[in-house]
Amino acid sequence: MTTSTQTDANLPIEEAETVVIRFAGDSGDGMQLTGNQFTTTSALAGNDLATLPDYPAEIRAPAGTRAGVSGFQIAFSSKDIHTPGDKPDVLVAMNPAALAVNVDQLKPGGLVLVNTGSFSSKDLDKAQLDSDPLTDGTLDGFRVIEIDINKRVSEALADSGLSKKDVQRCKNLYTLGLMYWLYSRNLEPTEEWLNEKFGKKAPELAAANITALRAGYNAGDIHQLFQGRYEVKKCEDLPPGTYRNIMGNPALALGLIAGAKLAGLEVFLGSYPITPASTILEALASFKNYGVITAQMEDEIAAICSALGASFTGKLGVTTTSGPGMALKTEAMGLALMTELPLVIVNVQRGGPSTGLPTKTEQADLNQAIFGRNGEAPIPVLACATVADAFDCAIEAVRIAVEYMTPVILLTDGYIANGSEPWKLPKIEDLPDIKVKFAQAKDGEEFLPYSRNELGARPWAKPGTPGLSHRIGGLEKAHLTGDVCYDAENHEYMVHARNDKVMAVRDSIPTPEVHGGDSGDLLVIGWGSTYGSITEGCNRARKQGKQVSQMHLRHVWPLPNGLEEIFSRFKRVLVPEINLGQLARLLRGEYSGVEFLSHGRVLGLPLQSQELADKIINLLEN
Amino acid sequence: MSETLTKKDFKPDQEVKWCPGCGDYAILNVVQGVCADLGYNKDQVVFVSGIGCSSRFPYYMDTYGFHTIHGRAPAVATGVVTSNPDLATWIVTGDGDALSIGGNHLAHILRRNPNVNILLFNNEIYGLTKGQYSPTSPEGTRTKTSPMGSVDHPFNPLSFALGCNSTFVARTVDTNLKHMAGVLKAAAAHQGASFVEIYQNCVIFNDGAFADTTDKKVRDDRTIDLEPGQPMIYGKGGDKGLKVEGFHVVRCAPEEASTWDPTVQSAAPAFQMSTLDHDPEMPNPIGIFRSVESEIFDRGINEQIDIAVEKKGKGTLEDLIYSGELWEVT
Repeated sequence: MTTSTQTDANLPIEEAETVVIRFAGDSGDGMQLTGNQFTTTSALAGNDLATLPDYPAEIRAPAGTRAGVSGFQIAFSSKDIHTPGDKPDVLVAMNPAALAVNVDQLKPGGLVLVNTGSFSSKDLDKAQLDSDPLTDGTLDGFRVIEIDINKRVSEALADSGLSKKDVQRCKNLYTLGLMYWLYSRNLEPTEEWLNEKFGKKAPELAAANITALRAGYNAGDIHQLFQGRYEVKKCEDLPPGTYRNIMGNPALALGLIAGAKLAGLEVFLGSYPITPASTILEALASFKNYGVITAQMEDEIAAICSALGASFTGKLGVTTTSGPGMALKTEAMGLALMTELPLVIVNVQRGGPSTGLPTKTEQADLNQAIFGRNGEAPIPVLACATVADAFDCAIEAVRIAVEYMTPVILLTDGYIANGSEPWKLPKIEDLPDIKVKFAQAKDGEEFLPYSRNELGARPWAKPGTPGLSHRIGGLEKAHLTGDVCYDAENHEYMVHARNDKVMAVRDSIPTPEVHGGDSGDLLVIGWGSTYGSITEGCNRARKQGKQVSQMHLRHVWPLPNGLEEIFSRFKRVLVPEINLGQLARLLRGEYSGVEFLSHGRVLGLPLQSQELADKIINLLEN
Repeated sequence: MSETLTKKDFKPDQEVKWCPGCGDYAILNVVQGVCADLGYNKDQVVFVSGIGCSSRFPYYMDTYGFHTIHGRAPAVATGVVTSNPDLATWIVTGDGDALSIGGNHLAHILRRNPNVNILLFNNEIYGLTKGQYSPTSPEGTRTKTSPMGSVDHPFNPLSFALGCNSTFVARTVDTNLKHMAGVLKAAAAHQGASFVEIYQNCVIFNDGAFADTTDKKVRDDRTIDLEPGQPMIYGKGGDKGLKVEGFHVVRCAPEEASTWDPTVQSAAPAFQMSTLDHDPEMPNPIGIFRSVESEIFDRGINEQIDIAVEKKGKGTLEDLIYSGELWEVT
């Protein structure tokens, strides 16, 4: 917070570089909507941003309880940022449970906005609080703004004609209005959105919500709740281009369609709803005019099997799921690699094992992706680093699948899935060209379905092609003819052929760049959604005068060429992951003589940048 | 490829490896003949199967074929036919594959009604794993895994299919080649999912499982062929009849026999007939139990795509990426 200016409202507007707000309330309070609206408005104001929705697995846990608290954290900034922030500067607490669950994470001296309208003794009981946190010292050291939002909304909407219940449902828009005032935001994008959402069907709801939004905004001026307002200026660090704000799952869905289109194919998605992957299925279902077929099948197994049947028939077969669904799809993945058909398998990882933490994020399915099948069953594995990277990774997954005739696993996670960020849109002409050539019969030549091209890929001969009738299946195939074959030598040959083909994918991928010095005492290597946290952690360590280098893997299997040489230039390699060290173990197995230090946390949340910075500093000092 | 193909054209150069005397040989022979009779172009035909003796079938057809994993053929075939509704898509499965491990997929493919033909070879035993009881084995079946007799209640495959609102349901027998050919042609002609149970004798592990009703010596008196629009008459020289009385089917004189109509919307009459299979007093019905029209999954899906393209225009990469609220950073 640097400069200070005066405005008409006679309150100073302070400029802030980065602000982290956490909206927290009951599952029914509309906190996700509030957060999403704040996100869209901030994106349109030109901020860089990152978000972290954090909600319970239950749709409506008992009202007012700690289990029912739904949160949405957004970091918005005039600088280039990489994470939604470790600790919020501002906590908006709609009830005592939301306050109790989140107050520990607030920055010292942070601002708490409390809705006192939901702080009766009954509300305190529901939150299992013996005393009132507003008076018992819990909030010492924070700046506290108390406002009875329930009452204020009732007053603002006294003439709306809405029922009491419907009036109270506008609380979130009132709160949003207040935050818009505090951060000098424009109300227009949200008003437009409300008109579009309710406009024709329920104009009275649009009007009431807009009234609540404006009332909240005006309350900032009228009631002098705050000592000042803030402004987060447009981010000037973003590279020039056209941008849109996007969440990870929709970005991935767009990438799948784009990848298919670049390959001259159409997407067939076989899927089964599962948190946090369902929104990919939902997104793809709305792109039918791109020739996208979505089949919501009866279970995870049917989902992958239908996609594989579609791949056999010449579509780009795709299936999307999360950990438990991956477990169920395992056998069909084996069939896909045995029949050497292209297939993109998306795992939006969540906390495991078993049903685990459905709405929380984790990276503990890496072993499952690389090793989790019977037999020698290699499958290329990719991981998305950021929300926008989900688009590029989906295209890359399609490329590998169709060029190498192989299933590909694309790992993302709950954090990327539901997080959002400004996406610099690629130029169409910069997108990769993906080569697909369906087999055609050649006069006088026997068709050999298990012959291989220079990449080791077999021909893709789709049913309906004259002269190419052939049979495939899960039994071992004879080299070239593809006939069922139990011959020992042939089996060994085919096991190698399948493995060699997958390992050869590394010849088509770049060696990842090292950021920071080319050599030194410490290299930090990560994969997947920890990219932001690790980048920020390294930056903070550098600000403390430490020399640390960073590398991030998109291709986790096969590992890219050139890593051994890079590792040899560093004394130690730190491997932070949201698991107990799965990549670290993989690297130890592949590269002997390198000291890999695992840093694993499994809190259901992204890694904390400060914790990583501390770890890096500690390692470099000891 | 407009020349008409013969049965021989559908035989690949693969050695068939079922046990000598297996009922599967008869079925393979009839299916190859039916493919020729239907005027199929073999490039337009796909056979999809699961796991088990019956599921080796695709290897023995010179068409496109996919030998998949246990129980999942209906799901794979749904992907095939939806991706290309012009293909003639056949599913070959067995009692274990379709009704144990794949029961879920069978139920769902029947309710969705894509345009496929499902052949369930029922031998009431697990053959490929060497003779354990299956979900269609009668109670009390003694096998290595049920030495004191199985206590499971079996599925009746036709009742199962009818319970799923299957639009075409039929039964035939591996020893009655002419009947089988007729039923398979009717199944192929049906638009939607056709379900055909084929009584198939396993000579090794369950020989004679259906002999009490289908053996040549007794079959005239112990089976009735349900022919659409024909009176329900059976017995040597048509000396016996069946008629529907309220919620029951009873035996009667041939001239009193009810006319069989598989096209009635309700699945109830067909269900009632399906339950006669183990009644020693009644003939075991074969033939066409149900044949009704209904919306077809693969067509519905592809029609929605056509409608979306018509409404919004064929999507381009530009539209895909450059949409929503955009802003420029300069």
